[in-house]
Amino acid sequence: MIESFKKVKIDVRALNVWFYKKHVLKDLSMRFRTNAVTSIMGPSGCGKTTLIRSLNRMNEVLKGSRTEGEVLVDGENVYDSDIDVFELRRRVGMVFQKPNPFPKSIFENVAFGLRIQGMNKRDQLEERIMVSLRRAGLWDEVKDRMEESALTLSGGQQQRLCIARALAVEPEVILMDEPTSALDPAATARIETLIRELAKDYTVVIVTHNMQQAARVSDLTAFLYIGELIEYSPTPDIFENPQNVLTEKYITGEFG
Amino acid sequence: MRSPKRLGEKIIERLLLLSALVSILLVALIFLFLFREGLPAFAEIPLLSFLTGETWQPVAEEPKYGILPLLSGTMLVTIGAVGVAVPLGISTALYLSEVAGSREKEILKPFIELLAGVPSVVYGFVALTVLATAVQTLFGNTFRLNALNGSLVLAVMILPTIVSIAEDALSAVPMEYKEAAWALGASRWETLRRVVLPAASSGVFIGVILGIGRAVGETMAVLMATGNSPVVTADFFRSIETMTAAIAIEMGEVVYGSVHYSALFAIGLVLFAITFVINLAADAFVERSVRRFKR
Repeated sequence: MIESFKKVKIDVRALNVWFYKKHVLKDLSMRFRTNAVTSIMGPSGCGKTTLIRSLNRMNEVLKGSRTEGEVLVDGENVYDSDIDVFELRRRVGMVFQKPNPFPKSIFENVAFGLRIQGMNKRDQLEERIMVSLRRAGLWDEVKDRMEESALTLSGGQQQRLCIARALAVEPEVILMDEPTSALDPAATARIETLIRELAKDYTVVIVTHNMQQAARVSDLTAFLYIGELIEYSPTPDIFENPQNVLTEKYITGEFG
Repeated sequence: MRSPKRLGEKIIERLLLLSALVSILLVALIFLFLFREGLPAFAEIPLLSFLTGETWQPVAEEPKYGILPLLSGTMLVTIGAVGVAVPLGISTALYLSEVAGSREKEILKPFIELLAGVPSVVYGFVALTVLATAVQTLFGNTFRLNALNGSLVLAVMILPTIVSIAEDALSAVPMEYKEAAWALGASRWETLRRVVLPAASSGVFIGVILGIGRAVGETMAVLMATGNSPVVTADFFRSIETMTAAIAIEMGEVVYGSVHYSALFAIGLVLFAITFVINLAADAFVERSVRRFKR
C-alpha cells in the first residue's frame, strides 16, 4: 500500500496546467512520499514532464504556460505569491533528459549552485564538491581532472555530473526527467543503482517511458494518460495487478 | 561510367574555385600595391622616426613625417568609441536576446542593423552640425570639433556590428544551459552573468573586434567630426587627426611619386598591419576558448 510510506513530502492538489490553449494536466492530485522513488510513466505527450516541472515551478520559464491548483511541499503551497522560487528550486532539484553540464570545468559545474548561494571559499567548495561527486559515484573517475571541461566526459559521466551538481546544494527532492533516455545500457544501469541509493536520503521523482526502468528503480508508480492520473500504486502492484484497463493495456504493450 | 553530367559538374566546380581565387588574388594585389607605393618612403624616412616622430608636417619648408600624432588620434577616437559602444552594444544585445519578446525583437533588431546602412558621410554631417553643438553646449569645450565628437559618432557607427553579432551569439546559447541554472536556483541575472555571457563570450568578442576594426578604418565621419589637427594628445576635447583622415585629405593634392605620396601609402601599410594584428589576436583568443570548452 502507498500508505506504508508514511511521510508525505509533496502534495499535489487539483493541479491544472495549460500551454496556450492546450490543457496538459487535468485536475491532477497525488502525493509524493519521503525516502521513496516514485516513477511517473505514460505515453508521450501524457503530461509526465509537465507534472514534474510543476513541482519546482519550471513550467513558468516556458512560453504560454498557466497553472492552477496547489503543490504543497512540506505543507507549503509553492504557488503562493510570497514563495521564494529560487529557494524552492534549491530544495527541489532537477536532472534533465539530455545531460546538460555547463561549458565550464568539472569543478565549476558542481560549484555553480554553491556559488550562487554565496559560497566562495575554495576549501569549503572543495569539500562540498567532493562529497557531491562521491554521492553521484563519479569522484574516482574525475578527481584528477577537476579543471578539465565537463564536456570531455562521456554521456553517462555527464549525467552523473549533473546529478552531483543538483546534490551539491543539498536539496530535499530530486526530480529526474527521463534521465537515462540518452544513455547506453551500461551507463543507464549505473544511474539506476544511483537512484536507488539516493532514495535513502531524498524524495526522488522520476519520469520514464521505459516500463522496465520504472519496475527496477521505483517504490511507487503512477500512470498518466492524456493529462490525467489513471493509476497510482506501489510498483509491484501496478505491474502485476493493474486496476485500470488503460494501465493494463499500456503495460502489456497495446499502446505506448 | 562517364556521363555528360560529370563534365558539367567539373566545369561548375572549377568556376567556383576561380571566383574564390579572385578575391584572394585581389587582397594579395592590394597588399603588393601598398608595399610597392609605400616602401620607397623608408628610403627617405627612417622607420623609427616615421613611427615615433611627433610631428606630421608633410608640406612644410622642411617636411616632417612623424605619424605618432595620427596613430594617437586613431587610437584615441577608437578607444572612446569602443568605450561607449561596447557596454551599450552588449546591454542592447542582452536586452534583445534575453528580455525582449519575439515581436519586440523582430522590430528592434532590423532598426539597429539599419544604422549600418546609413552612409558614413551622413554620420559625418550630423557629427559636424548637431553633435558638435550638443557636445559643446554640454561640456563648454574650446575646440568645437574634437576627439570626443569623433568617438561618439564612431560609437553609433560600430554599434550595429556589435549588437548584431553579440545578439546572435547570445541567442545561440542552448536553452539547456539556462534551464540547468534556473533549476539550481539561479535568478535570471545570475544565469545571464554566470552562464549565458561566458558561453557566448567568444561570439560577443568577435563582435567587439569587428567593431574595433571598423572604427580604426572609418574615414569620412571622423574626418568631418574631429577637426583634423595632427597633435599627440590623450585629451578628448582637443582636435585630433586620424591616419585615415590624413590619407583621405592629403592624397588628392600630393605630387605623384614624391616622398609625401609614399609616406601616405606607408600609413596605409601601418593601418593594414594594425587590423591584421587585431584579427589575428581575436582568432587566437577564440580558438583557445573554443578548444577549452566546446565539444
